[in-house]
Amino acid sequence: MIEKTAEPVPVLEARNISKTFKAATHEVRALDGVSLSVARGECLAIVGESGSGKTTLANMLLGIYPPSAGEMFLDGQMLPTRRSLPLRRAIQLVQQNPLSSLNPRRTIGASLRLALDVHDIGARQERKTRVAALLDEVGLPAEFASRYPSALSGGQRQRVAIARALACEPEILVLDEPTSALDVLVQARVLRLLDELRHRKALTYVFITHDLAVVRNIADRVAVFERGIMVEMADTETIFTNPGNAYTRSLIGAIPIITDEEEALRKTVLENKSAH
Amino acid sequence: MSDPILSLLDLKLGFKTYEGLVEVLHGISLRIGRGEKVALVGESGSGKSVTARIILGLLQELKSARISGAIHFDGADLEKLSRRERQALRGTRMSMIFQDPTSSLNPVFPIHVQFHEVLRRMDRNLTQRQGMQRAISLLTDVSIPEPERVLQAYAFQLSGGMNQRVMIAMALANEPSLLIADEPGTALDVTVQAQTLHLMRDLVVRKGTSVLFISHNLGVVREFADRVYVIYKGRIVEHGPTDALFGQPRHPYTKALMAAVPRITGGGIPDIPENSEAFLDPMIDHEVEVPA
Amino acid sequence: MRRTLSILLSNPLSVIGLLLVGTVVFSAIFADFIAPFPSHRGAVVDFSNFNQPPHWPNIFGTDLVGRDLFSRILYAYRISLMLGVVVLAIAVPIGVTVGLAAGYLGGWVDFVLMRLTDVFLSIPPLVLAMSVMGVLEPTLTNGMLAVTTMWWPWYARLAYNVTRSESQEGYVLAAEIIGASRLHIMFREILPNCVPSIVTKMTLDLGFVILIASSLSFLGLGVQAPTPDLGSMVAEGGNYLPDSWWLTVFPSLAILIAVFGFNLLGDALRQVLGADQ
Repeated sequence: MIEKTAEPVPVLEARNISKTFKAATHEVRALDGVSLSVARGECLAIVGESGSGKTTLANMLLGIYPPSAGEMFLDGQMLPTRRSLPLRRAIQLVQQNPLSSLNPRRTIGASLRLALDVHDIGARQERKTRVAALLDEVGLPAEFASRYPSALSGGQRQRVAIARALACEPEILVLDEPTSALDVLVQARVLRLLDELRHRKALTYVFITHDLAVVRNIADRVAVFERGIMVEMADTETIFTNPGNAYTRSLIGAIPIITDEEEALRKTVLENKSAH
Repeated sequence: MSDPILSLLDLKLGFKTYEGLVEVLHGISLRIGRGEKVALVGESGSGKSVTARIILGLLQELKSARISGAIHFDGADLEKLSRRERQALRGTRMSMIFQDPTSSLNPVFPIHVQFHEVLRRMDRNLTQRQGMQRAISLLTDVSIPEPERVLQAYAFQLSGGMNQRVMIAMALANEPSLLIADEPGTALDVTVQAQTLHLMRDLVVRKGTSVLFISHNLGVVREFADRVYVIYKGRIVEHGPTDALFGQPRHPYTKALMAAVPRITGGGIPDIPENSEAFLDPMIDHEVEVPA
Repeated sequence: MRRTLSILLSNPLSVIGLLLVGTVVFSAIFADFIAPFPSHRGAVVDFSNFNQPPHWPNIFGTDLVGRDLFSRILYAYRISLMLGVVVLAIAVPIGVTVGLAAGYLGGWVDFVLMRLTDVFLSIPPLVLAMSVMGVLEPTLTNGMLAVTTMWWPWYARLAYNVTRSESQEGYVLAAEIIGASRLHIMFREILPNCVPSIVTKMTLDLGFVILIASSLSFLGLGVQAPTPDLGSMVAEGGNYLPDSWWLTVFPSLAILIAVFGFNLLGDALRQVLGADQ
């Protein structure tokens, strides 16, 4: 939970951003007038299904492409279309598929060092120890530095991907479905690691996912997206006890659940719709 | 449960590789009663999908595969069948639904051609017209509005959810005794997945089809299956009726698996320890009463 | 590495390829020691023993001026291989750089570079090489130049295709987000993933370069006398068929062995390295 003390400057803010993609015959509006802000140390979940615009939003936050309209601010400073190295360094990404996000022909150590070299972090001689420290941070032994991704399990690869993002010493991590390609047990371990890291390193998370059950356990606030529009934004508790939007309710209704308590909660949420 | 539609007894599977024989299944025993919906739940690499492929007779042809154990389908020993006979079974008395509906359909033929192909496997003399009529009624069963329009379309013109419904209709077209669903709809959006799953469940209950439901998703399994087998590293570690197993998991692996699923009631992310030796404990069978 | 070798050795065709290539490379390198008449590589004349069928010690017979055919074939291998290696050493870096740049940078760079590549690819290879050789003097250096001009576009195409698909991979995005330079991404991230396809193609091509070089000299546009060359040997010998069959048959067999060997090995490598995605 974040405490509301005299409206601190949000670490990341988007003001009325839209994105239109030009197809051969028509234009596709992927994101339509979205405004949101993320407070320092907060975990904001961006929830939606395919075509909701959640990935488009992430790509714009990361500076992969600029918005067609609207502005974004980092620490109150407007983000330009072409970002300087320090600005890029501040917002890092963990991708969904750790199989593709690590270069199969480079060692784990080389992948981790890249960030240190690009941003000139630490003295040259001590970068090797820094790589070891990064691996330790995500719960992997230092000797993994000399291995190739193919020698690692899915969960270990995702830990490496997290370490690589951390190597830049970012302020914000954009987590794009970071555990949806992982097995159940591994997912829980990686989620726990992410949660710990956020608190230990005072990181800010933008957590993109379709899985509301994960959101419930990791996010402070939730923004629900449907077809390029942000249909609801509330703190996590409210979303799960008293969602204000029909689409949010249908998302909650679709979550596969495993306990009777969950079933009871889901039932109340679905029946509550008359209240709105 | 005297006469199961499918029974596996001590099914073992190994693959010959350059490093020698690698065992993938270490003796799986499983049975599905008539009209029963049984789930096989496990993580990737647990052996759940290869089990399905053996039942469908798809691995028997593979040179490097070593299969032992007994597979009985509707009273007949599957291992005694020829390749041709196994092929004749698939799509008629035994059918399947896979993970990604859109890539399971042929992109170069419209839906009605593929439907006709499926229906003709049971009735060689089926006319174009009869086929169309059957297909329309089958698509109506899976709540597809405007079935005529869908039949003329190609798979890529339809949404993922629509394709999934088409797949379900096709899989049930020849009134199979057993339907094998391998991670059905995992590639779809959650809301669509939930809808099609409910639809499939209602349909198989109405038609009395037996189902082997293969999934990694405990929640989906809980909503679908009557009975559950939990598989870990090629072994069944626990099995029992869905309510009993979810209400009171007893095997260390099942317990860990259940604990690891995030709950919508909150409670934070559980601390899941590394995989332990206890995960390989002997199987727990909820149907065999433990002496008090 | 050991796994690679064990897979290679488990396939009889790869073993044959490996043996043939080994033989060719070995005879090229150690020609000085194997050849019974090392001096016959040059302008030597021995009219007492000219145009003789195979006999001891001239096991492949002798040519029209009495030189030992076996010795000349060994030296021809050396020159062919050298030609192949030099051609690839120039063509591969050029082609791969062009392909990488076009594939990764896209936009107008892609358009210009790949249209240029297409132009070269659209001209039949032998015709292109012939026109280069026709304009320039037919020397060994120009021969290499001619073959190189027709060879790099294939590598540009190959590298372009691999780069295009690799650019979609998450690791490229990851490097971009970190802020790595384009040069780094092209040469340190993507290039290592092109290597299997490139190595496979190079192996296959060593055979083809030898074939093309032989074709050029067969037409009289390649390496000039008295340097031994398989293509010119076949061309010369062709005038004396069928009586002096050894003049044609042995050099032809030599070409066949080299091309066949490199092809088998290349195919085997393709499977082992998983280059055919």
